[in-house]
Amino acid sequence: MKKIKYYQALTRALGEEMERDPSVILIGEDVGASGGIFAQTRGLHAAFGPLRVRDTPIAENGFVGAAVGAAMTGLRPVVEIGFEDFLTCCMDPLVNQAAKLRYMLGGQVSVPLTLYTFGGGGVNAGPQHSQSLAAWFAHVPGLKVVMPATPADVLGLTKAAIRDDNPVLVLLGKKLIGTSGEAPDDGEDHVVPIGKAAVLGEGSDVTLVAFSQMVPVAVKAAGALAERGVSADLIDPRTASPLDLDTILASVRKTGRLAVVHEAQGPCGLGSEVVAQVTEAAFSALKCPPIRITPPFAPSPFAPSLEKAYLPSVERVAEEVSTLAAA
Amino acid sequence: MTAIGRDTALALYHTMCLIRRFETVASQRYRDGELPGFIHLSIGQEACAAGACLALEPRDFIASTHRGHGHCLAKGADPARMMAELFGRASGYAKARGGSMHIADVGAGVLGANGIVGMSMPLAVGAALTAQVTGSGAVAVAFFGEGASGAGAAHEAMNIAAIWKLPVIFFCEVNRYAELSPYSVHCSVDRISVRAASYGFPGVTVDGEDAVAVYEAVAAAAARARAGEGPSLIEAKAYRWHGHYEGDPQVYKTAEERDNPGAFDPLVRFQAGAERLGLGAQDLDAARADAERRIADAVAFAEADQGPAPHTMLEDVYTA
Repeated sequence: MKKIKYYQALTRALGEEMERDPSVILIGEDVGASGGIFAQTRGLHAAFGPLRVRDTPIAENGFVGAAVGAAMTGLRPVVEIGFEDFLTCCMDPLVNQAAKLRYMLGGQVSVPLTLYTFGGGGVNAGPQHSQSLAAWFAHVPGLKVVMPATPADVLGLTKAAIRDDNPVLVLLGKKLIGTSGEAPDDGEDHVVPIGKAAVLGEGSDVTLVAFSQMVPVAVKAAGALAERGVSADLIDPRTASPLDLDTILASVRKTGRLAVVHEAQGPCGLGSEVVAQVTEAAFSALKCPPIRITPPFAPSPFAPSLEKAYLPSVERVAEEVSTLAAA
Repeated sequence: MTAIGRDTALALYHTMCLIRRFETVASQRYRDGELPGFIHLSIGQEACAAGACLALEPRDFIASTHRGHGHCLAKGADPARMMAELFGRASGYAKARGGSMHIADVGAGVLGANGIVGMSMPLAVGAALTAQVTGSGAVAVAFFGEGASGAGAAHEAMNIAAIWKLPVIFFCEVNRYAELSPYSVHCSVDRISVRAASYGFPGVTVDGEDAVAVYEAVAAAAARARAGEGPSLIEAKAYRWHGHYEGDPQVYKTAEERDNPGAFDPLVRFQAGAERLGLGAQDLDAARADAERRIADAVAFAEADQGPAPHTMLEDVYTA
């Protein structure tokens, strides 16, 4: 094991899969010679050439649509969309095409498309560059949605996404780009199965489920809670669709208390889904009503002071979970 | 004078007859309440589908539209499995999960009709990208109409294809109406082909009721694409005999168009010039009779089949 940065894990995953499989190509805005806005594709253009690593015009609908057509005809395209907010500019190729083509063409095609993008807040990027839209896509049958929070999971889930025969959205956290973490050594083929949660901490009082950029927040909150004598089972689902309900249920059956924390607004969000599924499957195991810890129902504000108040903080998560544990 | 051979000429006519018969029977069966959902027919546009697809090779791809029956038939899809799909039968191309707007035969190069106006173009660009990356030598054709020509996807697809010099042909079937509104509501120029100049590739306008003219234009564009010279835009002007959808009262059409569709008939046009192509009356009669027999067989095939089993509703949501 060695320490690598979150964005380096992405570069490594792309490089390893392009090396392994000549049908893997990479397209997106500035993924080529420039190496990407976060240096996330540095070296790939030089290593694999302009036929397989190509810059696109700023036309998400067009180039994601083209990637779907390429995926239908034998390539394994990987598409970068710089900011998750821009997924709204390619909803049709994702939702009406990639997600449905296999089903509505009678199983004649697969769409092995991987799309990765950087989402979430915490960098004062304002309402159109801070969103977390996982729930939109987790709602669509035919798509898979992964949300790795650590370099090792970026590596393993991106590789799994590229090898998957279905369209997979890899939703990365932009505030995590420069974070470091342990990852398997170079040359080790590290693949994390899609649809498997990670249990990051064992506890008996409460089940704390955290998605993406809220994972490091929840880890710190769990530390603060431990000091108050509250022990939390900390779960990172890692995949929003298909959700690993079994791991969450096993924990809730043990603790009887559930809190879900994420960066997207609450209504119709991933937290709502987790709470609903747990309530349906294990109502009798619950000692008190589950809670969702999310930003308020407003766009993500720009001003650092406002955004700090907007996003769930370590202190807020610790406080709300502490109250839950006492309920 | 044309350079096409007698066999090609006969295939063009036979394909047009097949499309005309398929669409005519579909219209009747829809009116009789036997076909569920929506269908959009291409009667009057047979020369576009036949001329374009017969100029292609089996390895080539097409991406079609909501008005796609003709394109699928011309590229080699089986009319029986198409009709079965229209009837909602298990043996339909989409196993009765897609319907008229989602007929595909990927083995024959038909990437599917599509319910989203304009999206045939990026999808065909993607098929052309595969051809370029793998060096397969295949060409992709995107069918679309004047309505789709105003969609953002159209511009994005043509721009990307031009920059990447992809082997793709943008084939715009102008049929005078987009949904319920005339051409002038959708386009600011008389000829959509002029837009090709803004991408730096050739654009031509052809008579979309002349199957031979369409064939020759697509053959030339395909040769250019295969030679690595990039995309082309072909605009084929024709007339949509029926409404946007079956059941459309077509109150927006001119009386001349509505009452006199035979004035815009690519089959009649072809018959008038058949002798010059080396075809006699008996050749045309035999082709028409064969097409009618094949469509009758297709209907019988569909009628004999069952609807999909309930459990198939959950199949193919994902690739296992």
